[in-house]
Amino acid sequence: MTKIFQHIEEATIRFAGDSGDGMQMVGTQFSETSGFAGNEVNTFPDYPSEIRAPEGTLYGVSAFQVHFGTRHIHTSGDLIDVLVVMNASSLKVNFANLRKGGIIIANTEGFDARNLGLAKYAANPLTDGSLKDYEVHVIDVAREIKDALGELTVASKLIAKTRNIFALGIAYWLYNRSLDPTITWINKKFKGKDDVILANIHALRAGWNYAEKSAAFQMQYVIDRSSLAPGRYRNITGNEAIAMGLVVAARKANLPLFLGSYPITPATDILHAISGYKKYGVKHLQAEDEIAGICSAIGAAFGGSLAATTTSGPGLSLKTEAMGLAVMVELPLIIVDVQRAGPSTGVPTKPEQSDLLMAMFGRHGEAPMPILSVANPADCFDVTLEAVRIALKYMTPVLLLSDGYIGQASEPWKIPSVASLPDITAYFSTDASTFAPYKRDEQTLRRQWAIPGFEGMEHRIGGLEKEDGSGNVSSDSANHEKMVKLRQEKIEGIAKDIPDAVVEGDQGGDVLMISWGSTYGAAKTAYERLKNNGYNLSFLHLRYLNPFPKNLGDILHRFDRVVVPELNMGQLQFLLQAKYLKAVTGIHKVQGKPFKSTELEEKLRQMLTENEIVL
Amino acid sequence: MKTQIDDLLNRPHNGNLAYTAKDFKPSVDVRWCAGCGSISVLSPAQRLMPELGIPKEKIVFISGIGCSGRFPYYMDTYGFHSIHGRALPIASGLKIARPDLSVWVVTGDGDNMSIGGNHFIHACRRNVDLNIMMFNNEVYSLTKGQYSPTSHRGQVTKSSPLGALDDPFNPVALALGAGATFVARGHDKDRTQLQQMLRRAYDHKGTAFVEIYNNCRIFNDGAFDLYTNADTRDNHTIFLEHGKPLIFGKTKNKGIILDGYTPRVVNLDQGEYSANDVLIHNEKDSTLAFILANMTYSEDLPRPMGVLQAIQRAPYEERVVNQIQHEIVTKGEGDLQSLLTGETSWLV
Repeated sequence: MTKIFQHIEEATIRFAGDSGDGMQMVGTQFSETSGFAGNEVNTFPDYPSEIRAPEGTLYGVSAFQVHFGTRHIHTSGDLIDVLVVMNASSLKVNFANLRKGGIIIANTEGFDARNLGLAKYAANPLTDGSLKDYEVHVIDVAREIKDALGELTVASKLIAKTRNIFALGIAYWLYNRSLDPTITWINKKFKGKDDVILANIHALRAGWNYAEKSAAFQMQYVIDRSSLAPGRYRNITGNEAIAMGLVVAARKANLPLFLGSYPITPATDILHAISGYKKYGVKHLQAEDEIAGICSAIGAAFGGSLAATTTSGPGLSLKTEAMGLAVMVELPLIIVDVQRAGPSTGVPTKPEQSDLLMAMFGRHGEAPMPILSVANPADCFDVTLEAVRIALKYMTPVLLLSDGYIGQASEPWKIPSVASLPDITAYFSTDASTFAPYKRDEQTLRRQWAIPGFEGMEHRIGGLEKEDGSGNVSSDSANHEKMVKLRQEKIEGIAKDIPDAVVEGDQGGDVLMISWGSTYGAAKTAYERLKNNGYNLSFLHLRYLNPFPKNLGDILHRFDRVVVPELNMGQLQFLLQAKYLKAVTGIHKVQGKPFKSTELEEKLRQMLTENEIVL
Repeated sequence: MKTQIDDLLNRPHNGNLAYTAKDFKPSVDVRWCAGCGSISVLSPAQRLMPELGIPKEKIVFISGIGCSGRFPYYMDTYGFHSIHGRALPIASGLKIARPDLSVWVVTGDGDNMSIGGNHFIHACRRNVDLNIMMFNNEVYSLTKGQYSPTSHRGQVTKSSPLGALDDPFNPVALALGAGATFVARGHDKDRTQLQQMLRRAYDHKGTAFVEIYNNCRIFNDGAFDLYTNADTRDNHTIFLEHGKPLIFGKTKNKGIILDGYTPRVVNLDQGEYSANDVLIHNEKDSTLAFILANMTYSEDLPRPMGVLQAIQRAPYEERVVNQIQHEIVTKGEGDLQSLLTGETSWLV
């Protein structure tokens, strides 16, 4: 069969099936292989809250999307080029995002009467002509795996379990990928289970060969290597990057690491990772609840550990009182909030950026706390180190805002050399003759830190207001006001110690777009496209949300219009307007999904051409 | 894995370890009400500390909120007056991170049984080596007199003017049910006994729970008179001693026998029963501990005081350290660079 090769810049593939169909696994494999092939990659695992939802249902569809290409891969992709569907519901749920003329690879078994009924299809979309504008491949996957067996014997139970791998084989053929990385992975993953290894490798090859031999598959796509900076790369999720960031930061600060945490979607993977780090000397406590999670971390911090707690929205709500205590006792602490759609239990597996105002104000009393946000999985590592630097240098809890998208999405990460990362300083007071727990460093306003075990420095801390300097309990009114101001001044002073905000494009003019957190990817892509098409637009990404970089006010006032896309009803917009008295336009989305770059591009284009924004 | 903390803590202790109780009294005024039971608990604690023979910088008192919360301010050691109900998780985190410290938790019936109840049961099951002193005055005093989870049904307080409808927790039974390894009860009127009990709590490796009847003169005065006053306590309490028969009464004329699983009081001076028939206390018998704990609210039985149970189970923080060491011994000390590199990586 003669095949045609076509060079393309980027593509998006989405694997969709039942929760138990192994879509997350094949998606991960596809993204790893794309990384191996030297592409930029961004992924989006999209799965339901149900662990094993009833088979075939619309709400049980689990999907994994991979966006890969030669350059500018900042998001997990807007429109799908190749949609692999294991059943009818998977097609129904994902069809709207399929590019016109895109490829559908459908497993016929999943389109029987029962599945069509569960997907609420009146007629079979594979045969009723409704997909005539698409390239549809209808394959009886299990039969094809069986037919390809030849001399091999594979139990039929295993054949059913490798349908996803067959589909992966086809996907590899489409993008001219090597099977080797996945074969290596299969051998490692199923070590000792030879029948399983055989079945998986057979299915993978069968999928590839099916496409190679089929007349229906004519076009193979070639995506050139990216011009990534040289070095060693791996795929990493945001949650993994934060876990590693904490371990590395502790080592760089020469402190023991303690994690006090309680399982909660979508932050739990950080707890999973750190609980496996015993050989690095890490201690963790899976506490009885969110409150105990943070309180145990505060206790560990009191004892001189680098302490952290990880959670998501509902957990952050529960931790707020203890966060106030951490502000009061001025101990270093890292609080990670992997945001999810709220309020209340909300949509637990879906991302949102709606905890910003709680991060900022969600404590009783005047309780300022530095807030940092992460832009993408790789950024999580750097920001975690930065959060630790600030926490130790200023003796303060630091809130790190990630979200469910970044937490679970993966992308290639240039592995840093641990040795070349800068040390982080922990400031202990060891001289009893000059020690007072609330005596402050003049420059940073950091209080003195002496931990139990330091002779002659016995002292008491706690939630009651402290007398300036001595740290004795005080309800004196003038002292209270002084302490409130000192705590505020300390946090605001961090602005002198963080990088200025950087504007991409013109440094002043008509429109400035500001992103924070995971909106970075879609915003950056939209900015690049508009810029390439000759539009005059500037772009700024904010990592530091409290305090803001010290030049941010000046920047805002250099532009006629400022626009902030965010996955909430306008929380950064609110903060910027309040702080800088500058009108800010918001683009809001609360659908439990990240922005598509195209939707931002469209809204900004209107803003730029029509001189007003249409929302 | 060594860090700078190890180096900082390894500095030699310069001061004299021959402390007196005075060394543990900081120069602040004790602000509890005159006659408060807490004051009576403070002095045995201050007297006990020199006996421990450890540098005082290794001792930490952690409290929650309530009248008991002030306790750390009155001990010249390291201290942490935390938030309502949360002393236990803070203390647990500290002890897990720093097994070298002697960590004491001072809490109350409201702090520990109500808002902190979840932390309490989990502390008991986890068995972190903490010494918990729970001041039980059967009332919320710092908020000026509401019924607490140990108040008795019908108790009239500011928030139960017609009498509380709740039944109380029995703290020692709750602790046993939650898996506590050391459970004891003392009271504020017998400082010597209390000091001995606190010493036992300190010596116990694992979570040690000591319920301390603590009279609140202002909001619940006399709540424990029957069990603590010199003229009534002998007939209404029984002090448990390991290996000794359960005999009580002013003239030691009463004993406890088991009728099936039910404890019953018998007279030892009427010929029918003698000391030989009486139940012998065994701190290591968990079944017996439950039976004794459940005597608490019985009108026909004396209230058990002393150590109800003292059994051994590896403290949690020790298991944490052992797990880390086992991992390092079997897999080698972790190399951070290979952690970052992961299983699958590629060169660009």
